[in-house]
Amino acid sequence: MTVLRTPGGLSLRFRPRALVVGAGCALLAAGLGVLAVAGGDYPMSPADVLRTLTGGGTPAEEFIIHELRLPRLVTALLVGAALALAGAVFQSLVRNPLGSPDMLGFTQGASTGALVVVVLGGSSLALSGAAVASGLATGLLVYALVARTGVHGYRLVLVGIGLNAILTGINGYLLTRAPLMDAARAVLWLTGSLDGRGWSDATPLLVVLAVLTPLVLLGCGPALRMMEMGDDTAAALGVPVRRLRLVLLGAAVLLVAFAAAAAGPVSFVALTAPHLARRLTRSPGPNLLPAMCVGATLLVGADLLGQRVFADHQLPAGAITGAVGGAYLVWLLAVERRAGRL
Amino acid sequence: MEAGTSRLSGTGMTLAYDRRTIAEGLTVAVPDRSFTVVIGPNACGKSTLLRALSRMLKPTAGAVLLDGEDIHRRSARQVARTLGLLPQSSIAPDGITVSELVARGRYPHQGLLRQWSREDERVVEESMAATGVDDLADRAVDELSGGQRQRVWLAMALAQQTPLLLLDEPTTYLDIAHQIEILDLCARLHEEQGRTLVAVLHDLNHAARYATHLIAMRDGRVVAAGPPGEVVTAELVAEVFGLPCRVIDDPETGTPLVVPSARRRATTLAPEPA
Repeated sequence: MTVLRTPGGLSLRFRPRALVVGAGCALLAAGLGVLAVAGGDYPMSPADVLRTLTGGGTPAEEFIIHELRLPRLVTALLVGAALALAGAVFQSLVRNPLGSPDMLGFTQGASTGALVVVVLGGSSLALSGAAVASGLATGLLVYALVARTGVHGYRLVLVGIGLNAILTGINGYLLTRAPLMDAARAVLWLTGSLDGRGWSDATPLLVVLAVLTPLVLLGCGPALRMMEMGDDTAAALGVPVRRLRLVLLGAAVLLVAFAAAAAGPVSFVALTAPHLARRLTRSPGPNLLPAMCVGATLLVGADLLGQRVFADHQLPAGAITGAVGGAYLVWLLAVERRAGRL
Repeated sequence: MEAGTSRLSGTGMTLAYDRRTIAEGLTVAVPDRSFTVVIGPNACGKSTLLRALSRMLKPTAGAVLLDGEDIHRRSARQVARTLGLLPQSSIAPDGITVSELVARGRYPHQGLLRQWSREDERVVEESMAATGVDDLADRAVDELSGGQRQRVWLAMALAQQTPLLLLDEPTTYLDIAHQIEILDLCARLHEEQGRTLVAVLHDLNHAARYATHLIAMRDGRVVAAGPPGEVVTAELVAEVFGLPCRVIDDPETGTPLVVPSARRRATTLAPEPA
């Protein structure tokens, strides 16, 4: 821990290692971003990219970077950060390393709305709107089911897993009702993909993140750290436990819903990013900011990999995060079991 | 009842979880600067009383008064600067060190721009010294023994610097030596730092030895309250616990010592009804 103090009695405390991890991830994400923006069917040198970004490119370069590659990169960064933040909040709230929105039905809930739009036919704007609406509805439903006893860890996990199973069934049914072409489009959406994402996908999520990041990090972060020690201990230290849970649950559900609306239910980022962040920073606590940096880096990396790993064939980013994240989950289960924490 | 003032009291409280009522019309007062111990059989409402006194449970009727004001009219943070609570079980976050955990007790005194003052640093060091965990400062809490861990949690509660400190069964899960160690520590904190302590204890003899004020409860009511010498009698133990016993003087301290009556051999050997 490092402490900065001003003569006026102000003091800031931080872990240098967490800062290094955050900065390292940001640098890595920037590097991957340059690669992502420079490469593709119309390769450019990093110098060309920089020149275009500062306003000196040809009209074709301007179009490719500003309308095609940059929005895709920004969407990947935002979705990764949003999912990681939501995952870190959920895992801390339910005090369970597996308590991520993928497992608790929230991403499935967002998918249901999107699939309904696919079946009924609708614009991509309607699809995003429906994903947000049904993601929020899932959040409200979960809250209604667990509210009476307070949003306790295990109850939330069990209700979430049950709901996840139900929604998976509904989503499967909706897929069988969709016309074949639409079903194919829906499956791609369900995998989570950044292909063809434009500014209209990135902007709503950017707004949500701009509002919720300070609220969650600065407004709730220290209290969330106290919550790790149990509701009673947190309450004894002056944390308004019920209100905090409600605010954080709401914020996490919003993040997941808007992230899903932007890129589909990209799997495992919400689960893995907070874990990786904790391992890298080696510090207890929710590690919210490092988790966001790791999440953004993960998704940009996954998208880049998906675009480049097969020369003639693109993989959706969600397929990469699913494969890598699934392997990580198996490894985590083995390690946690050995450590006696599961 | 002891004469004197009381910063913390509950009057006419009805305490309930959901629809299950634990206590009705419960009235208690914690004498200032006392070491108050609450005793009673399982499920008599001891811990529920402590939850109500610490603002965790809102009485459905009646009120808890802290410094003359309804405790629920103050924010959780305001209360946390006056009244601390060591719950029955707390979770030490993975890999946290002793000094980091104790530092968390400073939370109610901190803010966004006042994250770690010199005052915080000093209080954490003092709290660790007072509980004898200062030489464990950099050890991980999950590596410690049960007794050491309980001292660390106590240090965290001390770092909160509240004049009132509530302890919910602080000796549970500890062996006898560590139980005495924790209680001695509590008694010292009470005497040296002038804090008002309220503890729920299971062991009557511990309660009688360490308390300056005893509250005996049964079925959600207070059966007796006062100094242990007056409260702990064979009649009271029979009434509260349904246990026939003799009460003698503790040869070490002169406080009441409860010795359960021996049952007939045949009864002892017969299987206990469930």
